[in-house]
Amino acid sequence: MTSTVSPVRSKRSALTKGQLPKYAPYAVLAAALIVGAAILALVGFNAFGWGVVSAILFAIGLVSWSAAVEGSRKAKDRLATCLVVGSFLVALLPLVSVIWTVLVNGIPGLLNPGFLTNSMNGVTGAFDNKAVDSGGPVLGGIYHALLGTVQITLLATVISVPVGLLTAIYLVEYGNDGRLARAITFFVDVMTGIPSIVAGLFAAAFFFVVVGPGTKTGAVAAVALSVLMIPVVVRSSEEMLKIVPNELREAAYALGVRKWRTILKVVIPTAISGIASGVTLAIARVIGETAPILVTAGFATSINTNVFGGWMASLPTFIYTQILNPTSPSNPDPSSQRAWGAALVLIILVMVLNLVARLVARIFAPKTGR
Amino acid sequence: MTATSLTSTQGAGRAGDKVFSGATLAAGCVILAVLFGVALFLVVQAIPALTAPADKIQGGQGFFAYIWPIVIGTLIAAVIALVIATPIAIGVALFISHFAPRGLASGLGYVVDLLAAIPSVVYGAWGAAFLAKEISPSYGWLAENMGWLPIFEGPASTTGKTILTAGIVLAVMVLPIITSLSREIFLQAPKLHEEAALALGATRWEMIKMAVLPFARPGIISAVMLGLGRALGETMAVALVLSSGALTASLIQSGNQTIAAEIALNFPEASGLKVSTLIAAGLVLFVITLAVNMIARWVITRHKEFSGAN
Repeated sequence: MTSTVSPVRSKRSALTKGQLPKYAPYAVLAAALIVGAAILALVGFNAFGWGVVSAILFAIGLVSWSAAVEGSRKAKDRLATCLVVGSFLVALLPLVSVIWTVLVNGIPGLLNPGFLTNSMNGVTGAFDNKAVDSGGPVLGGIYHALLGTVQITLLATVISVPVGLLTAIYLVEYGNDGRLARAITFFVDVMTGIPSIVAGLFAAAFFFVVVGPGTKTGAVAAVALSVLMIPVVVRSSEEMLKIVPNELREAAYALGVRKWRTILKVVIPTAISGIASGVTLAIARVIGETAPILVTAGFATSINTNVFGGWMASLPTFIYTQILNPTSPSNPDPSSQRAWGAALVLIILVMVLNLVARLVARIFAPKTGR
Repeated sequence: MTATSLTSTQGAGRAGDKVFSGATLAAGCVILAVLFGVALFLVVQAIPALTAPADKIQGGQGFFAYIWPIVIGTLIAAVIALVIATPIAIGVALFISHFAPRGLASGLGYVVDLLAAIPSVVYGAWGAAFLAKEISPSYGWLAENMGWLPIFEGPASTTGKTILTAGIVLAVMVLPIITSLSREIFLQAPKLHEEAALALGATRWEMIKMAVLPFARPGIISAVMLGLGRALGETMAVALVLSSGALTASLIQSGNQTIAAEIALNFPEASGLKVSTLIAAGLVLFVITLAVNMIARWVITRHKEFSGAN
């Protein structure tokens, strides 16, 4: 009896031999945190340094323990896992830091009465100096910038969506992967990579030639944003039109429906959720663009409701100018408070647009009948 | 009667077909025209700067002497960004595709996409107000201990508004681009190869080294190239973060300038020849990024099986 049991037992131990126990990572982590805290206590404690030192100690500890017990192959595997997880944590740092910085600095600006309903018209450095010196209210708001952003983005959308959608339809339904279709696909990809400031310069140069030197209006900015937006709309609509099943088109053709009616009544309604969410994402992408607006719409401190005439403010350029050229150069704090408030509004806008895009894609997704 | 109504509707339908296909074709041509127009109008507006006598250009030594330092500055910033972002981005992509628990993976991918959604001006403001301040002590340390390297030559900037800080902010901005493209490619790696490697007793890292990375290499290269294109053209991060100046080798002193930031800082107040000088600078930037992007796209199309990546 014992003679039959013992070989089995020894085999099991051979299988589990040379492996770290399940609790090993946790034990090493606890040890690393304690040792890290001890080291940091010697040089002056801060949370960031504690995290970094502990992470390094954890990796060294776990890998060397594993190398001693499990051998070099397992140790390399553990090292790779540590590095991969570590790089993910490192990538999270700026995201958390950016959002934290914007929230902490932006909430006082946003809660300032009149911030969303006033423009910067008539707000001079003297008011800011008074606000700092005698604790008066920080005047001025972002209404003009918000209005400008909405107008410019709307006009850009009105230009980009028809062009982008029709091009996508051409590529999927009419192009037949011919030479022109391939050229368009290639150049749309190239267009995705145009630096935003070059798009702005193009629009500026175009209007300088056509209308006259120094033309800066909201419409010029909208043209610049369209250059950035069209390729995004084309790519996303193309993907969506491609996944519409061919059976639907063939069924329509079999009923004698014309191709253009098929596209308008069958293909596009099937893909509309994806197209709408793609357009929303494209809007979210261009609404935060600063450089093209900077070189095309100029700066304004007052409300401008005419996209085709006069300089126009926008949220991104408002943030940029308030940081770089504070309203009162001697007391930049009120300006930076306004800038962070505007940054918070801008981030909220972008996040809401992203969320809407996701919801649209989910809610209006075609019924699959399954 | 029925026959005529049939033919008449057919006639209307045929006209509709013609109009509609014509409209789609026209839209496609508009895109080609726009790209051509970008090049054409930039060239037209840049010509005065390129042909002007040397002493009229800013700096007084001609356009080439003006553009040369800021081209180098642009490349320095982009290279810093890529050196930092590429390994981290590949790590993050691997984490999401092969290491994270299955249920978490898509959520984590969304978190990384959030990084891409934050507007560039906010990154610029963050870099100028937060990162530069926090990071400047470590520049002092670098200048003291690594100062024998030309790139870390002291005295370090006390404000932290250096090209290295700008490069780090750029790295954060290109990270999500490289990550999302590489993640797509890692997910497309043949499952059978991965399982075969694991079945032969490979550890997870050996499996990735043998089955995933060789498959994904061209895709990673083009993802990095696309990130490079973004880093070259990014304006706000540099314009707000860097306190610019003449070309210097040291990364931790203030100095250097990039094309995009030079344009953004000077264009709003520019007039006359200065405008066309800046537009010519934009043309140079356009040509550089166009070349980088075309090479990247060429690599992707050469390996058509990875085309799900774009």
